[in-house]
Amino acid sequence: MTGKSRSLRDAVTRIARQAWLVGALPVVSIVAALVVGAVVILASELLLPDHAFDPTLPIASYLALLDGSFGHEAAIVNTLVSTTPLLLGGLAVAVGFKAGLFNIGAGGQFVMGALGAVAVGVAVSDAPPPIAIPIALAGGMLAGAAWGFIPGFLKAISGAHEVVTTIMLNYVAGFVLTWAVTGPLGVPQSPSPVTYAVGNAAYPILIGRNGHLGILVAAAAVVVMWWLLYRTTLGFEIRTVGANADAARYAGMRPRLLIILAMTMAGLLAGTAGAGVILGINHQMNSTFTTTVGFDSIAVALVARSNPLGVPFAALLFGAMRAGSGLMQIRAGIPVELIDVIQATILLFLVAGPAVQRLFRLTAARGGLVSPGSVEPPAPVEAPG
Amino acid sequence: MAQPPDVIVAPAIEMRGITKRYPGVVANDRIDLLVRPGEIHALLGENGAGKTTLMNVLYGLATPDEGQILLNGEPVRINGPADAISRGIDMVHQHFMLVPVLTVAENILLGLEPMAGPIFIDRSAARRRIIELGRQFGFEIDPDARVGSLSVGWQQRVEILKALYRNTRILVLDEPTAVLTPQETQEIFAVLRNLAAEGHSIIFISHKLYEVLEIADRITVIRRGRVVGERLPAETNEEDLAELMVGRGVELTIDRGTSHPGDVVLRVDALRVKDDRGNEVVRGVSLEIRAGEILGIAGVAGNGQDELVEALYGLRRPSGGSVTLRDAPVTGWSPRGMNEAGVGYVPADRQRFGLVLPFAVADNIVLTSYYRAPFAKGLLRNDEAIERAAVRSIGEFDVRTGSADAAVRTLSGGNQQKVVVAREFGRDTSLLILDQPTRGLDVGSIEFIHRQVIAKRDAGAAVLLVSAELDEVLEMADRIAVMYRGVIVAVMDGRTADKNDVGILMATGGQNRPEAGAAIMAP
Amino acid sequence: MDPFINGLYGIPILGLVFQLVGYIIMVVPPIAPLIMRAGAPLALGALCGVMCERSGVVNIAIEGTMLASAFTGWAVGVALGPYLGQTSSLPFGITPTLLIALAAALLMALLISGVHAWLSIAVKADQIISGTIINIAAFGLTGYLNTIISPFSPTSGGSFAAFVPPKAITDTPVVGWIVAMFLNQGPIAMSVIVLAVVLQILLFRSRWGLRTRAVGEHPRAVETAGVDVIRLRYRNVMAGGILAGLAGAFLSMEATNQFQAGMSGGRGFIALAAMILGRWTPIGAFGAAILFSTFAALGQVIGFNPPTGSLGDLVTQLPRQTWDALPYLVTIIILAGVVGRSIPPAADGQPYEREQTTA
Repeated sequence: MTGKSRSLRDAVTRIARQAWLVGALPVVSIVAALVVGAVVILASELLLPDHAFDPTLPIASYLALLDGSFGHEAAIVNTLVSTTPLLLGGLAVAVGFKAGLFNIGAGGQFVMGALGAVAVGVAVSDAPPPIAIPIALAGGMLAGAAWGFIPGFLKAISGAHEVVTTIMLNYVAGFVLTWAVTGPLGVPQSPSPVTYAVGNAAYPILIGRNGHLGILVAAAAVVVMWWLLYRTTLGFEIRTVGANADAARYAGMRPRLLIILAMTMAGLLAGTAGAGVILGINHQMNSTFTTTVGFDSIAVALVARSNPLGVPFAALLFGAMRAGSGLMQIRAGIPVELIDVIQATILLFLVAGPAVQRLFRLTAARGGLVSPGSVEPPAPVEAPG
Repeated sequence: MAQPPDVIVAPAIEMRGITKRYPGVVANDRIDLLVRPGEIHALLGENGAGKTTLMNVLYGLATPDEGQILLNGEPVRINGPADAISRGIDMVHQHFMLVPVLTVAENILLGLEPMAGPIFIDRSAARRRIIELGRQFGFEIDPDARVGSLSVGWQQRVEILKALYRNTRILVLDEPTAVLTPQETQEIFAVLRNLAAEGHSIIFISHKLYEVLEIADRITVIRRGRVVGERLPAETNEEDLAELMVGRGVELTIDRGTSHPGDVVLRVDALRVKDDRGNEVVRGVSLEIRAGEILGIAGVAGNGQDELVEALYGLRRPSGGSVTLRDAPVTGWSPRGMNEAGVGYVPADRQRFGLVLPFAVADNIVLTSYYRAPFAKGLLRNDEAIERAAVRSIGEFDVRTGSADAAVRTLSGGNQQKVVVAREFGRDTSLLILDQPTRGLDVGSIEFIHRQVIAKRDAGAAVLLVSAELDEVLEMADRIAVMYRGVIVAVMDGRTADKNDVGILMATGGQNRPEAGAAIMAP
Repeated sequence: MDPFINGLYGIPILGLVFQLVGYIIMVVPPIAPLIMRAGAPLALGALCGVMCERSGVVNIAIEGTMLASAFTGWAVGVALGPYLGQTSSLPFGITPTLLIALAAALLMALLISGVHAWLSIAVKADQIISGTIINIAAFGLTGYLNTIISPFSPTSGGSFAAFVPPKAITDTPVVGWIVAMFLNQGPIAMSVIVLAVVLQILLFRSRWGLRTRAVGEHPRAVETAGVDVIRLRYRNVMAGGILAGLAGAFLSMEATNQFQAGMSGGRGFIALAAMILGRWTPIGAFGAAILFSTFAALGQVIGFNPPTGSLGDLVTQLPRQTWDALPYLVTIIILAGVVGRSIPPAADGQPYEREQTTA
């Protein structure tokens, strides 16, 4: 064997091991979560009166889920469309984690972004699209950023914990939405509360029936966030504050300002997601506008371990599930909430997995198989402070 | 009290072949230790030699991988602190195991509460017993005082009371004198001698040679997890013990050379600073440091040194007074402003303030300069320049690390501190502020850092050295300022200062000098 | 109206404040029982938070625990109702069905808080992430099962009835209102004040309380004193979980007799704010919860019985949703303003490593 081919093989082994270290836990977690989901389906069959127990229902359900998310071109485009807000929301939560903040408020920031986009979009609905679209998008971004600024500002000046303030703001955002749609933004004399449409501010369709411009906006956001966090001094400051706020202060950084900045940035990203749903899909807003983006985004950020480059993959996973869940409900009669269950189970395995591994290793070590601590299991997620 | 060499009574404790491994390190390697009843047995070794691990094994906080423990001749298995306590073994930890927000009584009772009925604590009985116990060993203590408001010396007494309250026969003290003044140390020694006279066995962990020689009946020396010798104080001396402890002949004091003070670099005038709770803990400090001299600040921890240093570096806003750096007013400047003005700062808590543990060595080396050329161009980082600078610093300051990209978390304590030192010493500085620069480090790292400090001084930097280790201040400083309750009570020449005098000033501020052996003052 | 009062109300700006005070005095006492009812789940959740955080475990899974218990209690009631019957001659309308359903709800809470305790204490996961996982799972699983069951239009398993004190007492001013507030309640709401007082005494006078307070501040000190930190934390988190489960049972078995997806409506999070505002003491947390529910009730009352005069003009100009958002806004304001500097237990949220890892 030549040295060259050996070094090549070493490199391949190394990459494979690296991939295993990074990817094994998520993959195992997803598979395990699907198994748990199957058990839930089977168990819930027993609850139904007049229902002949069908042991293959989980398989039928998952096939429907897969068909609904990747089965044909329209399904794939649908998946991309549902991935888009999760991707932006995932980035919003991830940038918070990087700064040591737990942003549970992506849902509220998303709603405010949608509201901002519809308010501005309706106002500029007659302007030419190249002007109307950026302005409406900016309206959504700013509204989301403002909703992120509030908890950041409160944390910076008084230490109010962002977990509680962002959740409260989620509820408040819901009330603002009802007020806006039934009041100032509502169409008068409409049978049900709804706003006018955004007209020319709507995102153009790029692929398929509904693959709108927002997909590209989200892709751009990934690149920008990665560059910002890892290639700029500002990103270094944000990461330092997240890893050790005291050291950041000592190093001459301004943690309070950075906390405000990171939360505002998070709000801006989530707001972009909300704007995308309005400008790309709904084009107007009614009072029942609700979202699961908030908690889905947390799941995305956790699965991606807050790495901006991992976020698209995690978002695609959950986006596909959301996209396919409709077909699963129609074909197999499985409520869409199963996706939440699977999502929570994936996170549970991701978090608990390393500990289970550790327990297993310790047991093995007592039997003399492995020396303790020979392999350090990877941390499940970056701990938010 | 010396023991006859031939033991007739069973040893109070015998540890045989104790081995304890942690990931990547054997903390204890087949250690044997034998302690007789009524004996004060010193366990001597460097930081990281394995003393604390051995005692954690004895106390049930760590499970040994191999070995056996015999208590009064009977082999036992100790399954945790509760088990240890029930067998009459108790430990006073280096970092006190006291809950600051609870009262003295609550701290002492914890885990062994006298009960009135099945649910409630019998508080009056507890109070009586605590006062009684204190008197028995010669001091009055208020059981309802909050522990957080007591001085360090008194907190230590609470720790000892806690052990006595549990009917302890074997008491382990881990570095009990590290934070005490020489006078407080003498007072604690008196208490320990009382205890031994009543038949208690005491294991005294220390790395201070003269203390061990003074208090111990027998000395076991540990190095790198192994027992390297056992001595009686009468048969040995400091040089012998030092060689055993470190493994080679060491200079016990380094040569600080002569200083050639130049112009005044730092002038502090009537500085006042408040702590986090709003109490003024620096109450009018004035001092001057000249180029090319080391000013040491001696003082018992908690007399305002931390707040003084934080105010000087801009981490804390002074409530009054002024700071002048090379004739320029810098009062209330930000840390970045001070850094750019040529001030280097090594904080006391390196893991909390000085380093970002999950970050690479390189990122930590540019932690205060990442935004300046050549490390950044506008908003953009220059990773190549950062890497180059890091590699150079790693070589220059002998940081033992796999690469500049390794996380600082993976480095040993000494090498972590070298990263901080490399960052703060590796550039032109007119003033260096060093807060506990060698705390918790091994002898080799301490020596290295001390030499770097002297080199900096000789290159013309003004150095402010704050240390809770009086020995370090005495060894290093050209001038010594003693800080007591937020004021400088004395400034003296570092070469002629007498340790005992400094100790008395640290403990009393110099006004009401206690007579030797007098009753301990209330906190 | 009294001319003196009219004069007071006429003062510019300050008059508005007087009008507000007058309005509150007028409308709040008659709705005192409603305030207690709205405050009960918040107070129970806050007490759960106190038990967990005093021992050093942050629990944001209170919301999910409430939701899962509310569902379990309701679902068990629905399942057993047809077999065990729903007529009762006992006080509070207690039936065997209700008692079994309540037990099931509490058991579910015990199970969920056990998971949180395991993740936080044994796995040493980030406690906020652990809580979030539980919240997502509870939301998903209850929503899923509710969607499956609801097409069969199940009947309710019933609910606990409120005790009605004699009208002669409740009509007395002040005393009557207080009596009505605490006694015109079902068994769960009535027990809340008792639980708060008992916990307050236990926390500051009992052995358990001393150990709990110490573990939240300095767990290693407690371990070295021979107390099992891990076991104490497990016990506290799980006992606290039962309180959150009681809050859930209250929602679906006392305040209403049905389950709705997401019916906990953020109460678990408001409870955390109440805990902080109450400075981690049971009585304080109870008081803060009642304060929140008073604002919530006020928001409701303004909707159907708006104030008159210049205050009324001002109030009617604000959108109705302002009052719906009031408790949430008050939570934020109080967190940011009043308790910005309150200090949590020192070891709050930190996993405890039993063996030292340094040599």
